[in-house]
Amino acid sequence: MLSLLRSPKSCFRYLLIGDWLTIIFSAIITIYLFQTLWSHEHASKVQIRIGDKVYAAYDLNQQRDIKVKGPIGDSVIHISHGKVRFAKSPCHNQYCIHQGWLKRSGQVAICLPNQISLELIGKQKPYDSLNY
Amino acid sequence: MLIQTTIDDHRIAKLAAFAIALHMVEAVVPSPLPGVKPGIANIVTLYVLLQYDFATAAWVSILRVFASSLLLGQFMSPAFALSLSGAMLSLGTLWVAQHLPKPYFSAITLSILAAFAHIAGQLIVVRIWLIPHASVSYLIPVFAVAALFFGLINGLITARLLYSKTQKLDPDKT
Repeated sequence: MLSLLRSPKSCFRYLLIGDWLTIIFSAIITIYLFQTLWSHEHASKVQIRIGDKVYAAYDLNQQRDIKVKGPIGDSVIHISHGKVRFAKSPCHNQYCIHQGWLKRSGQVAICLPNQISLELIGKQKPYDSLNY
Repeated sequence: MLIQTTIDDHRIAKLAAFAIALHMVEAVVPSPLPGVKPGIANIVTLYVLLQYDFATAAWVSILRVFASSLLLGQFMSPAFALSLSGAMLSLGTLWVAQHLPKPYFSAITLSILAAFAHIAGQLIVVRIWLIPHASVSYLIPVFAVAALFFGLINGLITARLLYSKTQKLDPDKT
């Protein structure tokens, strides 16, 4: 075991042709798993809710600021070519702003004090813990 | 009443003790993600499979799972269920894979296949019983990378152990 650490080159002599095939095959499967399971669909729309009511849905392919009036003041939501974030919020802790940019379908940012939430919507709605 | 034991039983007990010791060592090592572990006890299973036969390897592996969980106080816990399901599926895979032609496939292939079967067995239990939710699939690529990496390392160590056993001399000196 120690010699494997000492001379990493010498450990390759144990590999037979079939072992190389197994390694390459497993690596391809692993890469395929990454691509299929971690590929997130880019969102096309953002849905804004105030409380439990849907306020509006906007297309993400634009550049604009939206001012939304919540119970404690105005929140500014910034849409910029495929991504969206809270830009200004009257809330105390500013968690919604620290959430940063949302890009992928199914992502959410919630401002609890101001009761405003953003949800990104793609063509298909993926599973998430909020809807489950 | 005294239970009659054979030489085979003694050998299984000795090898299982080795595997249990390695399992204990591994239990102390912290892991960045629960479930991602090197699985160095599987080196013993592989070594036994190639040095002796499948039945001995299966005994050693199952004994290791039961005895280690008793020692760690995890018997009948989710961790035990994960360990057992992983061991069963990787034994099943080894049972098939041991018939691969020896001149082309060494212990390294067996190790990688067993490692993948191990995580598959664990993920099946996680998906069905522990976290019955589709989001478990996000973890699969991470576990697959771990299986490939640690499967390769364990396979290399096993190949090296078998090599020095057949050569009867230390290959470092040659």
